[in-house]
Amino acid sequence: MNFEAAAPQKTRTPAEIVALVEALIFVADEPITTKLLADILEEERESVQAAVEELTREYESRESGLQIREIAGGWQLATRTEFHEEVRRFLKTRPSAKLSLASLETLAVIAYKQPVTVPEILDIRGVQSATSIKTLLDKRLIVAKGRKETVGRPMQYGTSKDFLIQFGLKDLSELPSIEDFEDLVQ
Amino acid sequence: MRGSTDELKIKIGDFAGPLDLLLFLIKQEQANIFDIPIARITEKYLEYIRLMKRLDISVAADFLVMAATLIEVKSKMLLPRDPTASEDEEFEDPRQELVDRLLEYEKFKTAAGVLYERSTIEQAIFTRGPIESDDNNAEINASVFDLLTVFQQIVARHVDEVKMEIEREEISLADMMRALKKRIIETGELSLLKFFEEMHSKRELVTAFIAILEIVRTEGVRLLQSNTFGDIILKKV
Repeated sequence: MNFEAAAPQKTRTPAEIVALVEALIFVADEPITTKLLADILEEERESVQAAVEELTREYESRESGLQIREIAGGWQLATRTEFHEEVRRFLKTRPSAKLSLASLETLAVIAYKQPVTVPEILDIRGVQSATSIKTLLDKRLIVAKGRKETVGRPMQYGTSKDFLIQFGLKDLSELPSIEDFEDLVQ
Repeated sequence: MRGSTDELKIKIGDFAGPLDLLLFLIKQEQANIFDIPIARITEKYLEYIRLMKRLDISVAADFLVMAATLIEVKSKMLLPRDPTASEDEEFEDPRQELVDRLLEYEKFKTAAGVLYERSTIEQAIFTRGPIESDDNNAEINASVFDLLTVFQQIVARHVDEVKMEIEREEISLADMMRALKKRIIETGELSLLKFFEEMHSKRELVTAFIAILEIVRTEGVRLLQSNTFGDIILKKV
């Protein structure tokens, strides 16, 4: 008699995996990683990766009002930018308070130079940035990342996951290189 | 410049700092940043500072520091080269440090603009909110007001207790924060009720309260509360 080793997982067709991935991305309230999807579904990461790519293609080809995008290291289902007016009308929301130029500059310095201390930010911006740092902390765009082991042991700051989400970044490497910003045209 | 005083105020007070103002002036004077006409730029800069003061716009100290720097660079430029210096010695342009700072700053100013554009695009994209589940229901994020309420309960209880008044060194905020962080790292989470109970005086209670607010603000910790008016747990994220 032949005994087949009891397989712990049922084998799914690629189409089933695509459907399951879609369901999970739909319910996740923050970007969900390929690893987590693979763990929950008990599938290989390559299968999950292929499923997400297939899903992205499907949404694009049928000109859906939704898109699958990679953000903050995970996958997210979101509306397309073209429809923001109607969506906003439905949700009755207004664009949230924008950051001031000073806060954006401070955020840029922190994003590119992290971990970075307050005096180092002062050197680049030429102004005290205490107010901006407080604002950025309050909005959870930056977090304290330990102290620098130099005289005074100043606190160092870096960007948070919320920063990636709010600025639509996959990860920090998606930021354009700072050297690209050299303005040589006078 | 024409226009009402208010318009002028808004336009002038709009610089993100002295470097921002300097870049603006250099462009306005159509000067070459690699060969700044320091006397003219310094004059324009000081003019601006005077104008801001006259319009009652508060001038941040950093602007004044830059004014002093510009004057120093200008006077260095006026000094003749040291005739006893050897021919090989590098002539250090007094403006060099300033130019380097301006160029470095300009990169980040541009980067800030890019971030602004990205966030504008992001604001046009929406996702669905969290779906109710056991995971996000059992403990509801506590607000600062919940924290205050729990704190008030404990202070009220303290007033009733009779404690021996012993002269002791009050613990500083820094020490309190260190102790608090140590506890959180050791146990992963901390009951605020228990933590507050350990305080020996009203001042220590207040210091503990402030330490908790600071830690929630600056470190990766969360406040969770299961029941209304119940205990609040400080949890390491």
